[in-house]
Amino acid sequence: MMERVEQQTIVALVLDRPGVLNRVVSMVRRRGFNITSLAVGHAEAPGFSRMTFVVEGDAPTIEQVTKQLRKLIDVVKVTDLSGENTISRELALMRVKATPSTRSEIIQMVDIFRANIVDVAHDSLVIEVTGDQDKLDSLYNLLKPFGVREIMRSGRLAMVRGEPGAGNGKVRRASRRLASDEELEPQQPAFEPPS
Amino acid sequence: MKLSGSQMVCEALLQEGVDTIFGLPGGAILPFYQTLSQYSAIRHILVRHEQAAAMAADGYARATGKVGVCVATSGPGATNLVTGFSVALMDSAPLVAITGQVARAAIGSDAFQETDVTGVTVPVTKHNYLVMKASDLPMVLKEAFYIARTGRPGPVLIDIPKDVQTEIASFNYPAEVDLPAHRPVLEGHAAQIKRAVKLIEGAQRPVILAGHGVILSQAYDELLEMAERAQIPVVTTLLGLSSFPSPHVLCLGMPGMHGSVFANMAVDEADVLIALGTRFDDRVTGNLKTFASRAKTIHIDIDAAEIGKNVTPAVPIVGDVKRVLQQLLRLVEPKTHPEWLRRLDRLRTEHPLGYHESEKLVTQYVIEQLSEVTDGRALITTGVGQHQMWAAQLYGFKERNMFISSGGAGAMGFEVPAALGAQVGRPDKVVWTIAGDGGFQMTLMELATMVEAGAPVKIALMNNGSLGMVRQWQDLFYEKDYFATVYTGNPDWVKLAEAYGITGLRVTEKEEVAPVIAEAMNRPGPVLVDFQVAFEENVYPFIPPGQGVAQIIETPSGAKESVR
Repeated sequence: MMERVEQQTIVALVLDRPGVLNRVVSMVRRRGFNITSLAVGHAEAPGFSRMTFVVEGDAPTIEQVTKQLRKLIDVVKVTDLSGENTISRELALMRVKATPSTRSEIIQMVDIFRANIVDVAHDSLVIEVTGDQDKLDSLYNLLKPFGVREIMRSGRLAMVRGEPGAGNGKVRRASRRLASDEELEPQQPAFEPPS
Repeated sequence: MKLSGSQMVCEALLQEGVDTIFGLPGGAILPFYQTLSQYSAIRHILVRHEQAAAMAADGYARATGKVGVCVATSGPGATNLVTGFSVALMDSAPLVAITGQVARAAIGSDAFQETDVTGVTVPVTKHNYLVMKASDLPMVLKEAFYIARTGRPGPVLIDIPKDVQTEIASFNYPAEVDLPAHRPVLEGHAAQIKRAVKLIEGAQRPVILAGHGVILSQAYDELLEMAERAQIPVVTTLLGLSSFPSPHVLCLGMPGMHGSVFANMAVDEADVLIALGTRFDDRVTGNLKTFASRAKTIHIDIDAAEIGKNVTPAVPIVGDVKRVLQQLLRLVEPKTHPEWLRRLDRLRTEHPLGYHESEKLVTQYVIEQLSEVTDGRALITTGVGQHQMWAAQLYGFKERNMFISSGGAGAMGFEVPAALGAQVGRPDKVVWTIAGDGGFQMTLMELATMVEAGAPVKIALMNNGSLGMVRQWQDLFYEKDYFATVYTGNPDWVKLAEAYGITGLRVTEKEEVAPVIAEAMNRPGPVLVDFQVAFEENVYPFIPPGQGVAQIIETPSGAKESVR
């Protein structure tokens, strides 16, 4: 797939206000940071979202990304997961060409990778696979000779092992405040969470 | 209390202590204006172009320390503010802008005078809001003022659709904001303070680099105390000028691209550099690899993202400059560095800040005379370019917070509106704007606003018939190919002044300079002085972009020491 460069994972807890994704992406673009993936969805408390960034760059770059994110008013907490013991997962959907002669071989591989076949057509299969980047890359590389017609990846999600989720204390504090303050009641979500 | 959206804005302005706003109305902001007309406690200054509203509000904010407020209508009105936002964002000026937007139902339909203003201004504001219901306005207004003035100040925009301005909702202005994500750190970390004190006490050749943060946090006394107690010479960035008295024996003036040799050498030879409220702009540092290469740096700034961005400090301290200096002063012992100060004195004698003296009238001479005649006590605004650098080099600031200029953004046209705003905010001060004939023509229509506002700004127009700084670069880097930098159709400036009903004076000879400056100050109201200065004059010293102090181009020989 793509060449491996130095990558780090950053998780940001943000207020779920209109335009927050635009602010974050605008900052990243104008400062020339390189993002490999960005996954966004609702956090556990209403009115908050969590963003997982995979950023390319050396340690000073990651520090700058983190600090510039923290400067944004709608960003509540930023955690640099570099060096943390984390679980990271990504979901991919792959449409693979499948003929009667190759189908069983593909299914075998899907089983080995604990992936799922979620759609079957007369000349193709759609495979759903979840895992870290290495697992997804490996499966892709094995399926390539069969003909991968389409691939869609969700971007990485990451969480620290054995710890409460990044920024939980702040969520609780802030959500108490939101609950007591009608004026700050979150308006319509800025974006739809991935289901 | 039930109020319309417009009334809410006016009430919030009153609650925030705003008594002056700068703006220009249009269709989408008209409900607000027709409400504002009922609020006599808020003075509205009608500008001729919205850019001037943002820049005048900026000048007002910097001169007073209060939040500046500007107003514009939707679409072109709002986009005309954008350059002003970029100036305020780069230079950390607290600004709140209120813009009209098309009615809610029309948003997204490419309606007349519709622009996605919150979208356009995301990169040039500290934060912005599109208010979709009147009941959101009280908290939005409260937050906007809070965000604009706290932490590192900056511009905040509130975009209000026309029908939200007329919508009725209950108004209860919140006493406080609770922004979980915006809680600036003011105190320095105790451990870092101790490390900083140790570095300062062990320093043989310390230098303080004072930036705009000293002025924004009003840390003048603390800076003076620190410099005097530990005998540390002070260099000031462009926006740090007038944070430390220019005549002070420890003041070395400005380093950087057009800084003096001695200020640059001081930074170069320093073993400890104490950077206060500054962001190591490339105009200060030049080549980062050679900048302050012998120094351990203590970097104090309220914006954590500036620390480590350009220069990696030995001691990073996030905090308010004033508070951190107070923390340091509790621990720093008196010290002297006679050898270091002698070394700097020698550098100052050997490489004085000066210029080639001749019979010609040059901008440097005018600024020296201006400094003399005003006794270094005028509030100075400038445009951007040669006159700005000469003003920074040669005006001897004796009072605090007397220099207002577009540093980071480098926006020509800032001089006149900034002077208007500064004079409105500080009617007690003599305000001089030092302008070039390039930048002056970008906003000169605000002379009419000055007349209407009764702002007696004195304008020193350094008229060299060209875009001087660009021409200088053409001279030095493009073999004197003066393409598109020379004006051949400038107006008669004295007649122009008269057309606006103000006094116009003309100076062509050196001996007229001081008397005409004095005359300008004696005349009531705004005065425009056309100083017809030499065309081919370059700003020195000059460190070419991306280079270091070793590549400094000094003032050509025959330079005389400046009066400072």
